[in-house]
Amino acid sequence: MARYIFRRLLGMLVVIFLVLTIAFVIVRLAPGDPAALMLGPEATAEDASALRAELGLDRPILVQYLAFIGNAVQGDLGTSIFFKRPVTEVLAGRAEPTIFLSLFSLTIALVIATPIGIYAAYRRGSALDQSAITIAMLAASIPSFWTGLMFQRYLATDLGWFPASGYGGPDADFLERMRHLILPSIVLGIVNSALILRFTRASMLDILGEDYIRTARSKGMGEARVVLRHALKNAAIPIITVIGLTFALLVSGAVVTERVFNIPGMGNLVVSAVLRRDYPIIQGTLIVVATLYVLINLATDLAYLLVDKRVKY
Amino acid sequence: MATTTTADAPGFLTLLFSRRAVLVALIVFVIIVGLCALAPMIAPADPAKMSVRARLSPPGPDFLLGADAFGRDVASRLLFAGRVSLTIGLGVATLSSIIGIAIGLLAGFFRSLDAPLSRLVDAMMAFPDILLAIALVSILGGTILNVVIALSIVYAPRIARIVRASTLVIRELPFVEAAVALGSSTLTIMTTHVLRNILSPIIVQATFIFAYAMLAEAGLSFLGVGIDPATPSWGTMINEGRQYLDQAAFLIIFPGLAISVSVLALQLIGDGLRDALDPRLAKDL
Repeated sequence: MARYIFRRLLGMLVVIFLVLTIAFVIVRLAPGDPAALMLGPEATAEDASALRAELGLDRPILVQYLAFIGNAVQGDLGTSIFFKRPVTEVLAGRAEPTIFLSLFSLTIALVIATPIGIYAAYRRGSALDQSAITIAMLAASIPSFWTGLMFQRYLATDLGWFPASGYGGPDADFLERMRHLILPSIVLGIVNSALILRFTRASMLDILGEDYIRTARSKGMGEARVVLRHALKNAAIPIITVIGLTFALLVSGAVVTERVFNIPGMGNLVVSAVLRRDYPIIQGTLIVVATLYVLINLATDLAYLLVDKRVKY
Repeated sequence: MATTTTADAPGFLTLLFSRRAVLVALIVFVIIVGLCALAPMIAPADPAKMSVRARLSPPGPDFLLGADAFGRDVASRLLFAGRVSLTIGLGVATLSSIIGIAIGLLAGFFRSLDAPLSRLVDAMMAFPDILLAIALVSILGGTILNVVIALSIVYAPRIARIVRASTLVIRELPFVEAAVALGSSTLTIMTTHVLRNILSPIIVQATFIFAYAMLAEAGLSFLGVGIDPATPSWGTMINEGRQYLDQAAFLIIFPGLAISVSVLALQLIGDGLRDALDPRLAKDL
């Protein structure tokens, strides 16, 4: 097992290294001079060459690459052109709403999807099962920003149940800020529940067909106990997997949802960075999010070892 | 696996349409594609014609689906925008398949390339799709072709994974060994023997990518970082209508429905294709 963990860690480091490389290459894909591109059409040639020197763009590409990797490993992701502050600092300042939005919506998605997924599998083919699958597929087909706009218009603006947008202003206390996240979290939770529901149902179906379930039943064990104790325990693994997979969906959803509800999180930051041509911010966000994804998937893999004693490597 | 139709096995189409929903989805999708393709002929008005007096007219006899903030006919714009959205979806499904097949075949066929290419695919998949697409489009610039390229880079790893996994299995089968013994070149073996036998899962995945790409394009356009807003797509229409959400929600409702119905139809078709092309994979959904 120690060997497995070691191999897994090594693989993770390689992937993170590649993530850094891809993030470096993407910004270099830009046709023309990146400095001129960042400064926009009004910049003079002197401005551009000053920025080139500042960013180290006048050095050979290999030197730039090595410097970039070296800095990134030490937690230095460069300096934002717009904010004139370190990228990590800017990102950290915008992390709170994004982290809570993701956590709340993941919780909502799990609360909606897991019980329905389990019950749908248990009553396979029933009316409830059919409608659960249909609704899940529908939820996966509707753009999340569209759901967001509709909820905003009808539940927030018309009915006034929730704040329609924003994050409560600069003086808002923690609870007030969280109150602004309720509706966005519901929207994102519904969108993400679709994948989790289909996944839970499919894995529960597999498990309910296993021999040990039949054995449990045939020895007269109550249905509730069969489903909850035997089946659910073994369904935990695929459900952990799906949480890892949902992360990417969650981040993509958060970017768009933050824009709908005008929440000053990392998603909103990255979109503004595109409009401002603040490439270090875009690059930094890519690196942070992809690294988190890799770490979360490592954590879910390792969680198997704890949950399922049968898993041996 | 290739479908073999024998006397007692049901044919491909029978399998495909064994679920009524798949047939309905296919009909709906063909109608949507047909309407958008015929847009220049059937659109009730010029999609670019502005009229100050018609500003934000609700749906009615003059404007079937209402008029936007410039008094342009929403129904006509919807048809023309659909051409852009569907073209992007189809373009991404095609281009990402080509890139993914190339990477997957190389990784599955040449042991020395497997580890580096597989790790590269892992790294690409660590980026959330919208975020990677935003970064790529912002660098490449917001034209239709660039959005197709960006989204193809985003989705190609999914195809590559499937192709690699299938290639690893097929490579060991006796008929490949036979082809090697008969002196077929590696390229011939990869394209005719292997590729032909793994087409089914690729087609299924490409159908889903068609759907995801349409959603992603809408997302990019909504964020204002997709194609140039002057070219209407269903996503840009929603972005434009956003300001008038409180007065004229129909500006957003109709393009949203167009995206959702198309994506739902594609997902149902993808499910149906998976069940029909590869019965072993079929989950009873």
